[in-house]
Amino acid sequence: MLWSYTKTASFYLLVAIIVLVSVFPFYYAILTSLKSGTALFEINYLPTHFSLDNYIAVLTTGVFVRNLGNSILVASSVVVLALFLAVTAAFALARVSFRGRGLLLMTILAVSMFPQIAVLAGLFELVRAFGLFNTPFALIFSYTIFTLPFTVWVLTTFMRDLPVEIEEAAIVDGASPWVIITKVFMPLMWPALVTTGLLAFIAAWNEFLFALTFTSSNETRTVPVAIALLSGASQYEIPWGRIMAASVIVTVPLVALVLIFQRKIVQGLTAGGVKG
Amino acid sequence: MASTQSTIRIVPTGHTKRAKSELMRQRLRAAGWFLVPMLIALAIVAGWPLLRTIYFSFTNASLTNLDGAEWVGFKNYLNWTVLKSGRVIWSGLLSDPAWWNAVWNTVRFSVVSVTLETILGTVVALVLNAEFKGRGLVRAAILIPWAIPTIVSARMWGWMLNDQFGIINDVLLTFGLIDHKIAWTASSDTAMIAVLIVDVWKTTPFMALLILAGLQMIPRDIYEAASLDGVHPVKTFWKVTLPLVRPALMVAVIFRLLDAMRIFDLIYVLTPNSSQTKTISVLARENLIDFDKFAYGSAQSTMLFLIIALMTILYIWLGKVRFDGGDR
Repeated sequence: MLWSYTKTASFYLLVAIIVLVSVFPFYYAILTSLKSGTALFEINYLPTHFSLDNYIAVLTTGVFVRNLGNSILVASSVVVLALFLAVTAAFALARVSFRGRGLLLMTILAVSMFPQIAVLAGLFELVRAFGLFNTPFALIFSYTIFTLPFTVWVLTTFMRDLPVEIEEAAIVDGASPWVIITKVFMPLMWPALVTTGLLAFIAAWNEFLFALTFTSSNETRTVPVAIALLSGASQYEIPWGRIMAASVIVTVPLVALVLIFQRKIVQGLTAGGVKG
Repeated sequence: MASTQSTIRIVPTGHTKRAKSELMRQRLRAAGWFLVPMLIALAIVAGWPLLRTIYFSFTNASLTNLDGAEWVGFKNYLNWTVLKSGRVIWSGLLSDPAWWNAVWNTVRFSVVSVTLETILGTVVALVLNAEFKGRGLVRAAILIPWAIPTIVSARMWGWMLNDQFGIINDVLLTFGLIDHKIAWTASSDTAMIAVLIVDVWKTTPFMALLILAGLQMIPRDIYEAASLDGVHPVKTFWKVTLPLVRPALMVAVIFRLLDAMRIFDLIYVLTPNSSQTKTISVLARENLIDFDKFAYGSAQSTMLFLIIALMTILYIWLGKVRFDGGDR
């Protein structure tokens, strides 16, 4: 009896530790962002201060709002572009059998494993040659390297699972492949499209290396770079309060989205991982 | 591959042979047109830049003079000059201590972080696979570290690990685990530990979810049978769970390992300028962009690519991991 109580208690202790460790850093960031002045340097475990100074400072001074706009523009354009290219490609890869299909899928997977640094030099040359340097287009262009293989891969696994009868019925009715995709599959694919789109959006929103390298002025930066480079009046004075406020601003929408689409995201991740 | 069942097989039989093979040809043609835009896009953003990076690694290109790059052979990789005195001076990245330091850091980081993440991920997955009240809440909670951008995690933890005002030092001091405040990110002894803490915190959820997906594919009756036979739960884990979850685990490990090998952002933000944590990606970017040694940085990037490619091939070959959907 006692043994079973101990077992249950230690299990829930483990659960509590997992939850605490997962949530605490973000909770602490929110706590810090609500402090101002010298309160910042007192260590508190529970909320004691409530001041929006840091948020006001981040949103009114500097170009952080502009950076947010850049991030939204880049991430949404990348998602639209990747989904558009991936849906048709996934149809071909999932529903039509042709020679070399397996090899092609492997190649696409291999591209998603490319270390980004390996293409940095070549992309840098391309971006400059196309005159895209220091514009959002440089990022929309270069992010395709990781969003496209990923979306193609996940949509292919989703499309493979659609019942063959639906497609047969459409073919009997004389539907062309394009009609099958747009009229028959697309309505069934919405959940998958939302999931993959969301995952691609998060990946683009968080990207750092390309954003750091292909933009050079404060106005064209995306939020990760802006947060990484946020500095105070002097080199030695790091504005922790403002950094935390900016961090909370960019993270809250993501956390909210992830929690809303929890189930779908877990599905998408495992489709890209376990099956991928 | 069983998945061919879900694609339409057109078997030419009897009088419909002509019509059906025409249909098949139409489908193949459409498939070709559907694939072309994606393939062109990938060739432009992945294939071509990779080839250019490899090309630059054999030249003397500099950031400001890419077009005037001249072929220099393997000079960036390894080169030697024999002095009059007979002494041989080596140059190139294979004789560069900074390069080997970065390789060592990358390997150390990848092996330790992925090992920890696998162990902790398995623990979390086993917890989530058990049925208890509030499971949904726990699953939501572990998604939070995954959802937070790496840069934000680096900043958040940078603040928590701050030597003067950091909460980590405060906790450890309160519990008497340390007797003085530690400069986690700045001190050379602890910089790597700091990076590992943040990376493990951020990526264990991903690992846990992948392992959980594998766990959920194991039929429950196996466990019932084992418990009826009186097999100890620990033995059940080693003899039943682990072998059955191994394929999912292997794929998760290789994915994480390849991802860890190319780490850049966390280290760039959390421990800038620390030679204890400088990985290949960080070193290569420094040479490419900051130090104007474009060709040398290209050579380092190419080496990282080769290492990762080699590892992938080895892993697929040794582990017989199937990426094509396995048993589907």
